[in-house]
Formats: sequence, structure tokens, C-alpha cells
Amino acid sequence: MMMGFDPEAPAFDLTAIRERLSRTTGRTYWRSLEEVADTPEFRDFLEAEFPAAAEAIATSLDRRQFLKLMGASLAMAGLGACTKQPLEKILPYVKQPEEIVPGNPLFFATAHPLPGGAVPILVESHMGRPTKIEGNPEHPASLGATSALTQASVLDLYDPDRSQVLMRAGEIRTWTDFTAAVAEIMNTLRPAGGRGLRILSEPVVSPTLAAAIAKILAELPQARWHQWEPLGRESVREGARLAFDRVVEPRYNFAKADVIVSLESDFLFDGPGQLRHARDFSTRRKAGDESSSLSRLYVVESAPSVTGSKADHRLALRASEISAFARALAAELGVKVVKPAGLQDQAKWIAAASKDLLANPGRGLVLAGPSQPADVHALCHAINDKLTNAGQTVLYTDPVEELPPTLKDGLATLVADMTGGGVTALFILGGNPAYNAPAELDFVAALTKVPFTAHLSQQQDETSLHTLWHVPATHYLESWGDARAYDGTVTIQQPLIEPLYQGKSALEVVALLGGNQPVSDYDRVRDHWKSAVSVPDFEVFWRRSVHDGFVAGSQRPALDIAVRSDFLTYLAQLPASDKDSGELEVVFRGDPTIHDGRFANNGWLQETPKPWTRLTWDNAALISPALAEKRKLADGDVVELLLGSRKITAPVWTTPGQPEQTVTLHLGYGRTRGGHIGTGVGFSAYALRTVEDAWFASGVKMRRTGVHYPLATTQTHHNMEGRELFRTADLATYRAAPNFARDPEHREEIGGHDDGAVPSMYPDWKYEGNAWGMTIDLSACIGCNACLVACQAENNIAVVGKEQVLRGREMHWIRIDRYFEGGLDNPAVYNQPVPCMQCEKAPCEVVCPVNATNHSSEGLNDMTYNRCVGTRYCANNCPYKVRRFNFYLFQDWDTESLKGQRNPDVTVRSRGVMEKCTYCVQRINSARIQARKEDRPVRDGEIVTACQQACPSDAIVFGNINDRESRVAATKSDPRNYALLAELGTKPRTTYLAAITNPNPELVADAKSTARADEEGGQL
Amino acid sequence: MAQVFKPSSNTYSKLVIFGALAAVGGIGLVGYLLNTSPYNTGAYMARSQPVPFSHKHHNGELGIDCRYCHTSVENAAFAGIPPTQTCMNCHSQIWTEAPMLEPVRASFRTGQSLEWTRVHDLPDFVYFNHSIHITKGIGCASCHGNVAGMNLTWSVAPLTMGWCLDCHRNPAANVRPREMIFDTTWAAADQNVLGEKLVSEYHVQPRQDCSTCHR
Repeated sequence: MMMGFDPEAPAFDLTAIRERLSRTTGRTYWRSLEEVADTPEFRDFLEAEFPAAAEAIATSLDRRQFLKLMGASLAMAGLGACTKQPLEKILPYVKQPEEIVPGNPLFFATAHPLPGGAVPILVESHMGRPTKIEGNPEHPASLGATSALTQASVLDLYDPDRSQVLMRAGEIRTWTDFTAAVAEIMNTLRPAGGRGLRILSEPVVSPTLAAAIAKILAELPQARWHQWEPLGRESVREGARLAFDRVVEPRYNFAKADVIVSLESDFLFDGPGQLRHARDFSTRRKAGDESSSLSRLYVVESAPSVTGSKADHRLALRASEISAFARALAAELGVKVVKPAGLQDQAKWIAAASKDLLANPGRGLVLAGPSQPADVHALCHAINDKLTNAGQTVLYTDPVEELPPTLKDGLATLVADMTGGGVTALFILGGNPAYNAPAELDFVAALTKVPFTAHLSQQQDETSLHTLWHVPATHYLESWGDARAYDGTVTIQQPLIEPLYQGKSALEVVALLGGNQPVSDYDRVRDHWKSAVSVPDFEVFWRRSVHDGFVAGSQRPALDIAVRSDFLTYLAQLPASDKDSGELEVVFRGDPTIHDGRFANNGWLQETPKPWTRLTWDNAALISPALAEKRKLADGDVVELLLGSRKITAPVWTTPGQPEQTVTLHLGYGRTRGGHIGTGVGFSAYALRTVEDAWFASGVKMRRTGVHYPLATTQTHHNMEGRELFRTADLATYRAAPNFARDPEHREEIGGHDDGAVPSMYPDWKYEGNAWGMTIDLSACIGCNACLVACQAENNIAVVGKEQVLRGREMHWIRIDRYFEGGLDNPAVYNQPVPCMQCEKAPCEVVCPVNATNHSSEGLNDMTYNRCVGTRYCANNCPYKVRRFNFYLFQDWDTESLKGQRNPDVTVRSRGVMEKCTYCVQRINSARIQARKEDRPVRDGEIVTACQQACPSDAIVFGNINDRESRVAATKSDPRNYALLAELGTKPRTTYLAAITNPNPELVADAKSTARADEEGGQL
Repeated sequence: MAQVFKPSSNTYSKLVIFGALAAVGGIGLVGYLLNTSPYNTGAYMARSQPVPFSHKHHNGELGIDCRYCHTSVENAAFAGIPPTQTCMNCHSQIWTEAPMLEPVRASFRTGQSLEWTRVHDLPDFVYFNHSIHITKGIGCASCHGNVAGMNLTWSVAPLTMGWCLDCHRNPAANVRPREMIFDTTWAAADQNVLGEKLVSEYHVQPRQDCSTCHR
């Protein structure tokens, strides 16, 4: 809850909320529980333009004092403006590098390696400083998209908390000391064939690194390689082994899938492959004319996910019930499996989904997420096999991650061996097992049993504290390497910058084990590929691969495999599970912004509002409204969660759409050595997580502590008073009335406003040249935050911190508004990105007393920071609440390393200045200058805004609306096109394409009856 | 009772009122003049440099083209300050022992950049682009004056926003044939006629939107 609320206030009257929601007719959108409850506190919060802004001024100030202060301030401000510009120095190169032209950025193709598959990228470099990450449009795995994590990874390079020196037992040592120590220990290990030598790594997607490790293992047959990844894909691999008797990776094609049933798979958001998935999925969700067919998405899940928010039908089930659900679905689809008892409530849903799947053989897809056990994955394979989807919508390939020879060599085996004294030397290549290992494995205690331990990491984290040696690792933008994307396509990872500190790569450390050879990483990677490929001219191959950012044709080929017959008999023998006990469950998920905790020290990601909850700077125990009601819990009430002997305390957050008997915990928080930003934020859910129950566990006890903890959410900021801002219709309505979003006949449905011409007192503008405009397709948008972080990176947007977010002062130029629709327990969820609307009749411009915000000839609402005196009138007058004010000096002007990241083409704003989205005017200017130099108009697609470039689902289109041939002009003439608050007559240049859903007609009637049941307090 | 105010009071009060107005206006005027004066803008003040480099000698007398050193002026926002290497192209052959050039040789030896003092320094919130001005027929001399005649370099323009806008509002006063861009001594016989002609020929459309320079 927000500041200003009474922390002791009782829980919302959820019964009243239910009643209020049930009374409304037609579509009802709501943004937060507070809004529906309409508490007086919420009113106060909304009515204050900038909540709690007045607090800073002492209330005892009388008129005389006020005038004195104001007079003095005015005089000081006036005098302050009289500064004479100091003399500046200019330092040229001594020998200028050939390609570098100061002022013109260069782009290099490389890849962001992540477990599961690397994200291919182009990195913008200004005179040797990597500043911004863009997607690589030519790469088949992403088609130019990036995720929020990848966008933010450039900030990690400049993180002032990065480890800068090599340490031994807390004392600074040199790399030479370390090589000598490794040589010494290896000399003792080598005669025994490497017995006692262990390597622990994260899943490896680098072929060169895998080959280097394999070489060590071949030379030292007694040495072992273990992998650990807290959000690992063991169940996917195990499921494949059950079904196919070999480890394969499924690769999905959502462009071909008409009916998709996801069993907890967050395929649109959670890697690997999510970028391509989102792009393919969105192509099938943009309703065009009659000829286009929309895909239909069914999602069954126990924790709210991005994919769940895009579902046409979402079923909130407890994680432990999903296995039974999968069997029920399989039985319905004709797979020989015993139909489980129970799930009567869901029978109709299952029947409808299976009917849909059966009607679309070869064009359906059933998939499961890594949080579901291997059985469920195997069942999905059997279903896809049965429905002839295999080979069409799903292919099977060799895994992309390079796996150790024996898969069982996981972390548990390693810890057992360490405790048993069988390990002499342990090299930990990345990862942070001391923080994120399963709770029952006491990894830290096991570390003390190993005489020689070394940890390679970018930060001196929880694990480095307990190892003998700590080696600072290079950032991926600092070292040569290679990486496979989710589809197997290899990218040669080229560095953008020399290591900032004394970082070493995993390749260098592994090379030490084989005796130190004075070879650079560049040569290691190059030599690996020289021997791995047979091409007539290697030099040509190498240069082309490095330049393009991928090795052409290196995609993993599809395997011709079938579900083994004895698996089907195994399936048939699976018991019909009992109806479970109905105990309270916890489910664990990677955090949607800081992942498994590796991004905990990244301010951009910490401040990114999480999808669905819009929480920032914290994780919370997500509980359903029904559970909150039952336990009388309000948002921010701290509870104790007991699971067996383990216990954590966590603030709760009421989340509509959460299954009633499930508590969702996001991992990655509660770091104890996470850097200045990451340390001590949130709670660590790893403390409850075990090897067996890695993803969900039953029987958790929840006890309220009576403590209240404020959680910073952005969901109630900038509220728009319940006007019809998000517009959506199902496919049938859309086909019947394509322009429903603007049609006066549907005025009732869209909130009763007339979007027609409104007389205006604002001046008329003529746009003869370019007229920039943007459309955002709400059918495509998945609410993944990639645009938000991309904007932050491109436009030097400051991080403000939790306390300021609580006051509604976040600085993001593009925000994602989240709307719920329907009942309280399982509402539909919609996301709407809102940047500056660039109104043609802009209310902000006319109220500026100092002409700091002006209308440009191309239709932008220009913002001139150096003119702004901070009256904030413009923000008061903005109906869209897209202007952001620097209440304090939010930008870090002092930390030297962070300066390297800033975009030199955008002003770094100071305190007391208003700022807002500019449509990336620096990119517009650069393209316009180029076009004018060539004496031609700006081409369509030449200007790509940062948000548009990052968008995985291609929801954002930008261009010249005066150019009839442009893509944006085409989308503006789409019947779904509508403007936000058009009735105000502001003529926004940013418009939206209404969202079209494709519900199953059979279930629509059912949904309505569910809503009725909801009103009666029932549960889906 | 006697009059409180004598007739002369009228004169005094007028003097005070108009005097006050004049004082306010005068302070404003003085402030404005000070602000745009070379005292504040730094125009017409030759800056001392680590090496007393003479544009007059290299460009005016020896005829080395501007672009020999300012290499990116035609294709980037920044005109480019020559790397030490550029100096050494010649000065590894001639004047190799000149004491005046020791900082250049030292820079080349040690790899440390020469630290020049900026002569033309726009505020950091102004984004100026050389290349578009060159393409549209604005010669170096329009902003930098007759550099070919300067020993130590100074600026001849106040570089204030008003000064920029003067030209953006009336480009014809400055646009010159493209082949004369780098000749800092060139002057048109009849700039107004030629300017009008070239403005339409080169499609000169100077922008006056804030975001042209501020972003």
C-alpha cells in the first residue's frame, strides 16, 4: 500500500468489492483493488497531483517567511543563471582508430549469453563505450527483439559494485599468483587422473567453452563437471527422456499454431526462445480482415504470468493439480492414460479445449513449463504426437545447452561429494550457489570441506565470500566467446571494450586447468571454429559470422524421432491421482525483473514494475483475494511462511488471478552480498526451496505477524478515473463491427464517449513535411517491459528508488498500464503501454510560463530542459500523466563508471526539470540530417524508436503519418485504431489498436456463469 | 493647514517613477549587453594552447585544406580535432627538433593526448551538427570567421541562441556555393541575390523547432 495509508487499516472489504464488480454491466475495467474499493485514502492519493509533494515544506511557514524565502530563491536563481561558461579542454586521439568518427556511433553484433540460449544483439558504441543494446534484426532467434534483461545488461557492465581485483582469502592477489596456485594444485591432481577436481558451471551455451571443458575431462577422466542453475530446465530434459528415450529440446512454432494449450509455460516471457515466440504469436493475434485467422490461447497456471495475461481462457489451478489436469486433457484427446478423478469443476473447460485441439490436428500445440514435473512434459509430447502436431508446430532438436556427460551430476551430487571429502579442488565458473542452492544442501558448509575453491564472478557475492580464491569475471561485452541462441544458431560473441577491471573469462580459467597456454580468447574461439567447420575459405566465414552476428545455417536441425511405444504403456499405467488434500501451496518463480537474482544490483530492473503486480523494488508473497479475505490480510501485511522446518517472512500482495490455495514467491531477492542496490532488498524465497520441491510445495503454513511493510507499486499512480481507456472485443464482435472501438453505436460498450471532432481553443497547426506518429497494437502487446528498459537506456532516465516510487515519482517515460476486467478471482488482464501522446492540440504547451515545451513543425511536443524552471504546470495540465519531474537530483552525476553508459545524444537532466518521451527525437534528428544530406525524404522504417526496436511482439509502429505508404499510416487506418481520451480533443499522435481476443464460444457462456458464481462468492 | 506636498513634489515624484523605470530598464540592458558581450561569450579572445598552432600559417600560407585535420566535418556532427598522428605526418619530417613542437612529440611518444583549450564551446544541452551545415552551403567562415588569417585561434561569434536563429531565419545571408565552403576569405559579390538562389537550389530548410538543437 502507498504511504499516507493507515498501515493499521483493515483489509479491504473484498466482499464489497465483489458486490461492486457484480453490479456493473457490460465490460468493467479496473486497475487495482483500491480503485474498486474506492476508499477515501485512495481518493486523497489520486487527488494530490504529486502525492506527498507538499510534505517537504514545513507547515509552520507563515506568509512573511514564505515571501522572504521566495524572494531570496528568486534572487539566487537569477544570479545562479549568470554563470560564465568555464573553459573546457578537448583531447584528441594520439592515433585515431580507423573506423571511429567522433560523433557517429558504431554498431557491433554480439550475443548476451543466458542459460537456455543467448540473445543475439547489436551494441551501439560511442567512441569505444557500449551504451545501448539493440536486437539483431537478421538473427532468426529474435528477429531484432530484445528482452528487458538484455536491455538492462549494459548497465551491469558499468556497475560500480563490480569486482575489480583478484582475491585470496580476502586479500588482493594477482593473476600470476592465481595461475601459480592452480598449476600447483593441478600438479597434485593430474597423476590421479584428476580425481578430486570438480568444475561447477551454469548451463553452458558456448560451444568453445564446452569443448574446452570436454578436453579437460578427457585428459583427466576422474574429474567431473557439474551444472547448477536455479531456474533450470531439468524437468524439460527429463520429460523428453521419458517420451523419447533421449534428451531433446522442443522448438515451437507459434506462427503455425491455431490452438495453444499452455500448462504453466510462460513461453512469451520466460526464455529460452521467448522473443521469437512473442513475435510469431503476435502475428497470429493481429486481427486483420476476414482472411486472417486468430490463434486461441488456453493457459493453465498456478502463478500469474505474462503468457497468462494474453490467454483467451485462463484457468488458475494449483501447481500440484496441473499434472492431473494434463492427464485429463490427454485422456480426452485419446491418449491412453487413466483419466484422473477430480477436476469436475474444470471438466467443461477441458472438454472445450480438447474439442478445439481435436478440430485442429497438426495446427495445435500443448506445452508445459519447466515448473511442471517431467511427467507433464512427457504427456505433452504424447499429445502433440497423437494430434500430429509434432513436426508441424513443434520440432525436436538436440539441446542447446551443452550438458555434462552424466546429467545426474547436479549440484546435489557435488555437495554430497564435497561433504564426503571427495573434492580437492572446485572451480565455480559463474553462478552463485551459496545464495541460490536448494535450502537443504548446505553449500556453504560443504565449501569449507574443500581445500581449494575458486569462484569466477562479476561481483564479490555470497559465494565469493566463502571460496578461497575469487576471480573477477569479464562482462560479456568485454570478452571473446561464442554462444548458441535457443534454436542453436551460433553467435560469435565479440567484445566491445577491453575489460574495465582485471576480469577474466571462463575460457581463460578453464585453460589454466590444462596448463596455462599464452593464447587469447580470440584465438581460442577462432581455433575452435577453424576445426569445427569445413569451409573453403575460413577467413571469409569468420569475418562474415562475426560481422553478421550469427553463423549462417548453424541452427540445430530437427530430429526425426517419435514417442517411444513403451512410454505409452507407461502412461497407461499412471495411477489416477487422488483428489489432493487442498493444503496451501507455495510456488517458486524466477523474478520477472531481476530473474534468479543475478540482476539484483541493476537499478533499472529493480525499478521496472513487474508484470501483473506492478510492484517495484521488492518481491512479495502473492495471494489470492479469496485467501486475503479469509485470513484478513491487507497488502503489505507481513506473514510468516512455514514449510517443514524452514521459515521465511514476507509481505503479502493480493493478486487477482492467483489460485486460492497458492502463494507465489519470486526468487532473486534477499541478497546479502548483492551490491549497493541489491543487498537487503526483499526476502529470499530460496530459503524454502528444496531439491525435490524446486518449483512448488504443498503444506505451507501462513501466519500473520502483525507487522506492516510498505510495498512500492505503480499500479495506482496516474489513475485515469475509470474512463474507457483500454478497448477490447472478442473476435465475433470485431468481425461484426470492425470499428467497434470508435463506432458511436458501441458507445455504450466503450464508455459512452464520443470520439468525434471536438471544437478546440488550441491553435491549429499545419504539418506539411513529416508528421511523426505511433500506433501501439494492444492485441500484440504482452506487457513484457522490454520497451520500458530500452527507453531508460536510450534516454538516460534516472532511477529514483523505492521511497520515491512510493510517492509516485518514478521517471519512466513509457509506462505499462495494467487493467483487470471481470471478476475478482480470475479477471482478464490487459496491458497498455503509455508513452507521451504527442498531442496535436497539446494542453501542456499552452501553460508553460517559460516556453520550455513547444510544438514542433513535425508535431512533436518538444521539451527544452535548459529552459524548464520546474513549475510543473505542464504535468498538471497533461490528461495522460506522461510527464515526469525531477524532484531531486535523481541522476547519478558522480559515479565515474556510470558515466560511460550514458547516451551522448541525449541531455542528462538535472533536478527541478520536467521530462518526457520525445519519440526518441535524437534518432529522428539523425535520420533527418542523413536524409537531407542525401536530398531525399526520410524513408519509412529509417527511424526506429528505442521502444519499437526492443518490442518482441512488434506492437509498436512509428513513422510519418503524412506518408500514405508508411506502415504507421496503414495502422492508423486500421478499423481498430482509437485514441486515448479522444473526447478531450487533444488529437494525440500516439494511438492504439484495440485488442481482439479469440475466446472459445463454448466457454464464453461458461465464463459468464462463472462470473455469476463469483458474485455469489464462489471460486472457479 | 499647509499643503503637505509642494508643487515641486510633482516633479520629484515623476523623477522617481521614471527614474525607477529607467533604472530597471537600464539594469536589464546592461545585463543583456554584458551577457552577449565578448566578456561573457569569450568571443575575440585568442586562447592559449599547449602548442601555439597557427591556422594562418598552415591554412592561409601553406594552403592545407581544413579537412586535412578536421576530417569528419562533412559526415559527422563533430568536425574532429586532429590526432597527434596528423601533426606528425609532417613534423616527423620537418621542424623535427623545434622546441615549440616538443609537446606534440611528447604526446606521440607517450601516447598521452594533447590538451587543447576549446575555442568554440557550445553548452552541453546544444546539439550542433557540422555535416548538415556544410552540405547546405554554410561555409566555415560564417561561424568561425577568417580562420586562415588567425595566428592563435579565437572565435568571432557569440554562439548565442539568438545568433543561431538569425541565420536559421534568414539563411540567404550566409549560404554560399559548395565549392567555396572551405575558403574562409571568400565573399560573394552580391550575397542577397546569390543566397536566395542557392537556398532554393540546395533545398535549405532551416528548422526553428526547439528539438532541432535541444533534446
